[in-house]
Amino acid sequence: MCTMIATQIKVAGSGKAGNGWFTLGEANVSYDHLFEAPFEHALSLDFVNEALGPSARVSVELDVASARQLVDTINAILAKADRGGYIVE
Amino acid sequence: MQYATNQYEGMIAETIVIPGHNGDPIGAYVARPLGPGPLPAIVVIHHLPGWDEWYREVTRKFAHHGYIAISPNLYHRAGHGIPEDIAVQVRATGGVPDGQVVGDVAGALAYAVAQPTCTGKVAVFGTCSGARHAYLAACRAPGFAAIINCWGGRVTMEPQELSPNQPVAPIDYSNDLACPVLGIFGEEDSGPTVAQVALLEQALIAHGKTYEFHMYPAAGHGFFYYDCPAYRQAQAMEGWKKIWAFLAQYVG
Repeated sequence: MCTMIATQIKVAGSGKAGNGWFTLGEANVSYDHLFEAPFEHALSLDFVNEALGPSARVSVELDVASARQLVDTINAILAKADRGGYIVE
Repeated sequence: MQYATNQYEGMIAETIVIPGHNGDPIGAYVARPLGPGPLPAIVVIHHLPGWDEWYREVTRKFAHHGYIAISPNLYHRAGHGIPEDIAVQVRATGGVPDGQVVGDVAGALAYAVAQPTCTGKVAVFGTCSGARHAYLAACRAPGFAAIINCWGGRVTMEPQELSPNQPVAPIDYSNDLACPVLGIFGEEDSGPTVAQVALLEQALIAHGKTYEFHMYPAAGHGFFYYDCPAYRQAQAMEGWKKIWAFLAQYVG
């Protein structure tokens, strides 16, 4: 079904799409239908820059286990970097 | 429709611009058989993944079966690009507002009725979120002669699912429905579930509406989509037969 479970956050960084790197503006996170992966629902991450138009988009579709593992890994990596004194915010 | 091999057949299919909600110009894809008619019509409402190739094909399929078919671009205001890029943008901002959808579908209905070859009888068809939108439009935009709801999710909604763009569950408009409903569903769908379909059926019974529901075993969400793993050939072919019979009965 269309869950419409989606949210958008502002992000800073860069993404690489077919036409090369572009400056990111937003990340769209959803748990809903997919366009490509063979699941009925999954976690979609779309890194976009709305100011550059809809084609400024880097997309991934992950099954739930992969999404959870990715979140844990990102947190673990950031925690390690923090402990090492590498993160200055 | 059974075609003979020596029968004349012709079709025109093209993108046009029609007045949508509040008179806003929106794109629409129209396919119609050539010839003087008269022909019934159908408004074809795209699903959440957007105004995409499958919907182009289905619009032409309806025309092949003798209908003036028009598929409005409900995401027109989000800009233009490949359909999934636009769909992602629309989803991220909470989806298209229900009131706007009803206005856009009413615009497509008005276009169909105004065609000189149209009988004036118009159905509305949708799958997935498009079926939800079809149900909304059939309740809120007067003039449809039949509605085909293919696995429309979130026709029933929990209070926490309501949002500024989707403030009322479509099922709550059921009393306003003025045309028969065909429902095509899969037993393995997670939305609408079998229980949610039963709730919709109960609402239609309670309001004395004419309906015909078909629940297919071993099928889930989107089992007509031949380009997805969800495709179930036998169930899809049976579903299409139900659609043609339903349209013949109520729209012509």
